[in-house]
Amino acid sequence: MSERAPRVPRESGRFNPREVLAAAKEAAVAALVALGLFVLLIGVRTDQGPTGALVIRTRFGALAAIVAAVFVGRLVLALARHDARLSIGRLAPAALRAALSGLGIYAAAAFLAFALIVPIVFYTDRYLLDLAILIVTYTMLGFGLNIVVGLAGLLDLGYVAFYAVGAYSYALIAQHFGLSFWICLPLAGILAAFAGLILGFPVLRLRGDYLAIVTLGFGEIIRLILLNWQDLTGGPNGISEIARPSFFGLPFNSTAHGFAATFGLTYSPTHRIVFLYYIILALALITNWVTLRLRRLPIGRAWEALREDEIACRALGINTTTTKLTAFAMGAMFGGFAGAFFATRQGFISPESFTFGESALVLTIVVLGGRGSQLGVAVAATVMLGGFEFFREFEQYRMLVFGAAMVAIVIYRPRGLVATRTPSVSLGARTDIPAAIAGGARTETPA
Amino acid sequence: MEYFVQQLINGITLGSIYGLIAIGYTMVYGIIGMINFAHGDIFMVGAFTALIAFLVLVALGVSAVPLALFIVLLVSMALTALYGWTVERIAYRPLRQSSRLAPLISAIGMSIILQNYVQVAQGARVKPLPPLVSGGYTLLHGNDFAVRLSNIQIVVVVTTFALMAGFSFLVARTRLGRNMRACEQDLKMAALLGIDVDRTISLTFVIGAALAAVAGLMFLLYYGVVDFFIGFLAGVKAFTAAVLGGIGSLPGAMLGGILIGLIETLWSAYFSIEYKDVAAFAILIIVLIFLPTGILGRPEVEKV
Amino acid sequence: MSAAQILNVEHLTMRFGGLVAVSALSFSARVHEITALIGPNGAGKTTLFNCITGFYKPTVGRLQLTHPDGSSFLLERLPEFRIAREARVARTFQNVRLFAGMTLLENLLVAQHNALMLASGFTVLGLFGSRAYARAEARAIDKARYWLDRIGLAARADDPAGALPYGAQRRLEIARALCTDPVLLCLDEPAAGLNNRESAELNLLLRAIRDEHGTSILLIEHDMGVVMEISDHIVVLDYGVKIADGAPAEVRNDAKVIAAYLGVADAEVEHAEAEAAP
Repeated sequence: MSERAPRVPRESGRFNPREVLAAAKEAAVAALVALGLFVLLIGVRTDQGPTGALVIRTRFGALAAIVAAVFVGRLVLALARHDARLSIGRLAPAALRAALSGLGIYAAAAFLAFALIVPIVFYTDRYLLDLAILIVTYTMLGFGLNIVVGLAGLLDLGYVAFYAVGAYSYALIAQHFGLSFWICLPLAGILAAFAGLILGFPVLRLRGDYLAIVTLGFGEIIRLILLNWQDLTGGPNGISEIARPSFFGLPFNSTAHGFAATFGLTYSPTHRIVFLYYIILALALITNWVTLRLRRLPIGRAWEALREDEIACRALGINTTTTKLTAFAMGAMFGGFAGAFFATRQGFISPESFTFGESALVLTIVVLGGRGSQLGVAVAATVMLGGFEFFREFEQYRMLVFGAAMVAIVIYRPRGLVATRTPSVSLGARTDIPAAIAGGARTETPA
Repeated sequence: MEYFVQQLINGITLGSIYGLIAIGYTMVYGIIGMINFAHGDIFMVGAFTALIAFLVLVALGVSAVPLALFIVLLVSMALTALYGWTVERIAYRPLRQSSRLAPLISAIGMSIILQNYVQVAQGARVKPLPPLVSGGYTLLHGNDFAVRLSNIQIVVVVTTFALMAGFSFLVARTRLGRNMRACEQDLKMAALLGIDVDRTISLTFVIGAALAAVAGLMFLLYYGVVDFFIGFLAGVKAFTAAVLGGIGSLPGAMLGGILIGLIETLWSAYFSIEYKDVAAFAILIIVLIFLPTGILGRPEVEKV
Repeated sequence: MSAAQILNVEHLTMRFGGLVAVSALSFSARVHEITALIGPNGAGKTTLFNCITGFYKPTVGRLQLTHPDGSSFLLERLPEFRIAREARVARTFQNVRLFAGMTLLENLLVAQHNALMLASGFTVLGLFGSRAYARAEARAIDKARYWLDRIGLAARADDPAGALPYGAQRRLEIARALCTDPVLLCLDEPAAGLNNRESAELNLLLRAIRDEHGTSILLIEHDMGVVMEISDHIVVLDYGVKIADGAPAEVRNDAKVIAAYLGVADAEVEHAEAEAAP
């Protein structure tokens, strides 16, 4: 890179040496920091030797590779700062946003249409059907949490607790009273909503970040109780042989009274999978419909107002405690439905399925999707879970990617994929409100 | 009676470790008003760094335990402080102007990253270390129970209190401490008065992480085993300690830590060991609801 | 001037730790009047507002609000949302608090939350599209449109509130308070940051609110032009203590008031801290 090369018109890469030097220095510092960070934790691996004592072996190759990667990455970033054409960071989200909010309603319709025909298209691929069920389940959980986090602006880190309450309620009621899935499902939802009310009542007065920690605490308490109350929950062994849902009383099995025999079909285990898929799809769509409907009602508007400015809400005569409580209970109820579905689909549940990691996953889906956006949540659930499956070999890295995604999203795209907000009511034509103005952007200066 | 005294000693030792971690929560909360959710995992990184540093020293032939531990302490404080600095720089600084939820979500992301990074780099299995500091004193002889104060317990408590004293001096008497207190009062005003706010915040994270590293080393010595998940529970308990003592207050963090340590130990000793973590979470919730300003905290008046 | 009292403040004291922000204050505001609270920075005006609207609970004292129909409320005993809902005291804030990401229309509908909530059968009826709710919502939109017209922002009904210029945001906040059908409207520095033309418009608006809607107004204001022109009654505070109380002409010539205001430069410095503390 010579000082001035006017005769060689290179589009990108005309840096002056001072910039290059500064960038190199920046990269060197970053590499040094990386060396400090990784020298022991990556450079040296500890394992238990044959005697049980720890032995170490060095991995300087890996260390060098990572430090070099940091150097190069930092160098490219630093140079990119000087050249707008190289700034990938800005281009990608803008394109995505245009794609998503420009298409808006069409995208949602296409997405729904695709969701409806998934079992037909992939009928023979059991693996993909299972994945689709998983994605829709998390979409539903995302919708439920979206009411709490996206609309009401309450950060709930223990959402999995309601998922667990729903799952265990279903499993226990079905087991002890022999009731069918269709009776247990609403009961599970109601019990979860009830749990939401009980847990929410004392804590919803708390400030945002305290609330987050308390909900995390509740999530863990519920998991620990499930783990230790052996008589009721089976402890770490969980509950197995949970009743499967039937098609209006027809079980999915190969007997003469089964679904296949009644409709004159050849028995196939896929029938049940397809049936499950449509159940969860219907549940998710109901959740979506209710949420959209609520947004246009006074309660939904109050939730959003609460997110924007709680003090103003109180000055307008809104009882913020009950308003928060309804959001909490509503979110919990949908979590409970999803939990009941999870139990019936798996046929087996144990506390392991309800760890903080699950709460974090659902929260990431909501944050990535754009707090408050239904389409965003569905897309985010598809991208995240689809991505996990796609990179299955790298399973041990998946939580790592997950954490990195959370950090990257809040920094580069704090409002998520779909960052606009559609007004709940309007006099003229509805136009979306850009992210820069929409709630949460307001800076709260600490007192 | 003897049993009770023994539990008190154990509780204070455990509480000292929580107190050291709690200081990190309290300082960060005091200055930028956010819960550094990743702090528990910084503690875990500190414990791992200490473990590996010790093993490397042994491999290099440093056999005198006191010397080795001293070097380990310095190395792990330095490297863990670097983690504290990096976390703040990457995940929190860009969000200084945003809503309250954004840094919290970012912090949760960081916590997940740190946990899984250590899991990937060092494996998910627990890492045992044979006891390095052994011996102790028998204080009381009961009929069938002797109260013992082990050397490691003395080391933990003495180190903690020495650091606590040094740290209080730092905040009360030095220029850095004054800058920190100024930032705590009003970030914007501090910046206008010529205080390098970014630097002060960075240093707060660095100090918090260094103290967490000490806690990590103490944990390693005391329990003789670490894994990548210890940061989560220890973090929650230390946070509870910080809130119980009064968030923003240094003596409060220490007091809260010791109280939590005692409650946990006594709970396990007299009630049920299975539910000891439930007790920790329950205390957190009860304190936040009924005593949100803590024992030594200042009452907060809502800005309208 | 022998109109009935709407608000009666007796021996109100508000203490924050060692700081006494308001000290043994008594005054009353009359119905259908504009009562102005003036005084140097740190005199305790906003603290008084926060006590009246329930955001602070006074250390000592009684705040009695009497509706024109005779029903009365002890405000110090009610939580803030019930003061707005039942005692029907509405307020604005010194640093405007709008729902920035919601449209003007939505802001005004949120203000009618309690009425709409009832009409929607606490959401149940609304969820299934009841007609009664649809009618109630249409009425609420009409009311919002009326106030948007009055503040000259009807054309921007569907814009986000955060996109409005400052003066318009202040007016919108007043309109939002009025959508709660208040008996007493408390305005915290409504003219702050307005230019002369906007400030004159504000005067007209406030008078119209008083005259056409019979709403009583309590006003904190620094702009003496506004205060002297529209107030029926002025209460002057200094250091949390009342130093004068009367019609604009009386207050203007009061020796204590002149002293307080001439000494304002020093007082401001000394009490900047006091203002920042609570």
